[in-house]
Amino acid sequence: MSPIISALAPDSSIVAILYIISFSLFIFGIKLGTHPTSARRGNTVAAVGMAIAVATTLALEGIGNWGIIIVGILVGTIVGAVASKKVKMTEMPQMVALYNGLGGGAIALIAWSEYRHWIHQGEEATNYLKEFALVHGMSPEAAADGISRIAGPSVSLEVLIPTLLAMVIGSISFWGSNVAFGKLQELIPSQPLALPGQKIINAVLLIALVVGGVYLGINNEYMDLDQPVFIAMLVVAALLGVGVVMPIGGADMPVVISLLNAFTGLSAAAAGIALDNTALIVAGTLVGSSGTILTLEMATAMNRSVANILFAGFGSPAAGGGGDGEQRPYRSMTAQDAAIQLAYADSVVVVPGYGLAVAQAQHTVKEMADELNKKGVTVNYAIHPVAGRMPGHMNVLLAEADVPYDQLKEMDEINPELPQTDVCVVIGANDVTNPAAKTDESSPIYGMPIIEVDEAQQVLVLKRSMSAGFAGIDNDLFYNEKTSMVFGDAKQTVQDIVAELGNL
Amino acid sequence: MDLVTEITILVLAVFVGFEVISKVPTTLHTPLMSQTNAIHGIVLLGGLIVVGYADDFVGELIGFIAIVFGTINIVGGFMVTDRMLEMFGPKKKKPEPAAAEESKAADSTEAGS
Repeated sequence: MSPIISALAPDSSIVAILYIISFSLFIFGIKLGTHPTSARRGNTVAAVGMAIAVATTLALEGIGNWGIIIVGILVGTIVGAVASKKVKMTEMPQMVALYNGLGGGAIALIAWSEYRHWIHQGEEATNYLKEFALVHGMSPEAAADGISRIAGPSVSLEVLIPTLLAMVIGSISFWGSNVAFGKLQELIPSQPLALPGQKIINAVLLIALVVGGVYLGINNEYMDLDQPVFIAMLVVAALLGVGVVMPIGGADMPVVISLLNAFTGLSAAAAGIALDNTALIVAGTLVGSSGTILTLEMATAMNRSVANILFAGFGSPAAGGGGDGEQRPYRSMTAQDAAIQLAYADSVVVVPGYGLAVAQAQHTVKEMADELNKKGVTVNYAIHPVAGRMPGHMNVLLAEADVPYDQLKEMDEINPELPQTDVCVVIGANDVTNPAAKTDESSPIYGMPIIEVDEAQQVLVLKRSMSAGFAGIDNDLFYNEKTSMVFGDAKQTVQDIVAELGNL
Repeated sequence: MDLVTEITILVLAVFVGFEVISKVPTTLHTPLMSQTNAIHGIVLLGGLIVVGYADDFVGELIGFIAIVFGTINIVGGFMVTDRMLEMFGPKKKKPEPAAAEESKAADSTEAGS
């Protein structure tokens, strides 16, 4: 019981109204988030909704352990604030993965607490009745009967099933997101990693979860609640989360993070049903549906189905098209030559990729474009839907460098213009320009829509080395006779080009 | 609240989510994902509720971690989204043309000398 403020009954109208205000603000916030001009306001609106929801909950009857709550919120706020101030724009995707994982982990822990709470209620009732039976000389059977009259004989499946779902999905989401984070942060290799028979192992884990869930569902009487089985399921779900994400290549990670985001939302909704909390149900479900749409859109952009990504694993050991010839001829060129080629072009299209983001070269690229504009060269940017690590990631980075919106061209818009383009500059992009996606049916990325860079008159590829891209496959573009490689750090190379352009 | 009412709410929320979100331009997908990610930090509410039940050290520890995780999810999520969206807002300052002028001027002096 809260000694500090007068508590609100969880089922009172005032609580209901405050929660309704709060989730209305979430919906409104997301709505505002659909336009570039109002998006930031939308985020603030949603944050206000969150503040109302948290404040309301703190005022609920039955909220206790204030020391833990205050310290917990304080620690969380400091860690969250510092982390989000320090993270680089390029590391956003893994940051989202990490936050998503924490949300999932919190849900799994909440479900566990709930289960422990029931066990405790059962124990209390038993102890009370044992004493009662002793005093009144009753039989243990009569005592057991008494329990059913006091506490109800069992945990209602209406709350037990959502609790188990919340626990399983939350745990999968926590561990899956951590693996996704590790892969994007390159703490673990981004290549697909799998044990032999990983799919069978995953299937067995899934069956084990279903069996465990059914077992706990059947044994739902207070006396029969089985914490070891519950914990075992928590662990099995964790293994499943790792086992599902580990075999997926780094290139597919955005889709996976988006899917896990939706999953966390759904498990929050499940926890909401278990705890009888409308705010949790609505907010969790909203995230679940948004995450699902986003996931489908990302998968479509890569011309892959979600099922394919989850169960096929991306391009198992370098099945890359035409990658067999180890030493294939290619041309390379210095930044100075590249600058001359650019200066005498009429139209230039920049194809930015993750390499540009990593090198923080977006500002330098903008300078290069400004220099070229001064020389009367038209510069546009071709943005692949999944350029960077997430849809829209590249737009965010280029917006940061003040690149005008009208110069950012979507893939479908720019592809027909490429044959008339004099020079295409590929900066740190690889897989999204690989012509094998159009021509080589054996390639793992066959069918993925690409920016058809090979259609341009000349191609400059700015890249560190000839190594394969994130998908782990060789790129035929690099060996095309129209292509010149400019090796080196993307930012340094672009800087050299800018310097050279200034001298021309 | 009974289960049927809760499932009704859930189903309606699914449709609201689809309806509101399916209109987002690709450019805003990453911020949107980040914002919805922050919104599921609402699980903090669950943490606040269950920590009230905790009656032993393990229970308190579980509740504490859940609260920390949920708070990081909320605070970090909204702040990171704000940082991303800051760049889409109206540009307050326009130093670019001035800087470009300057460098041009510098260039011409160099050329002149």
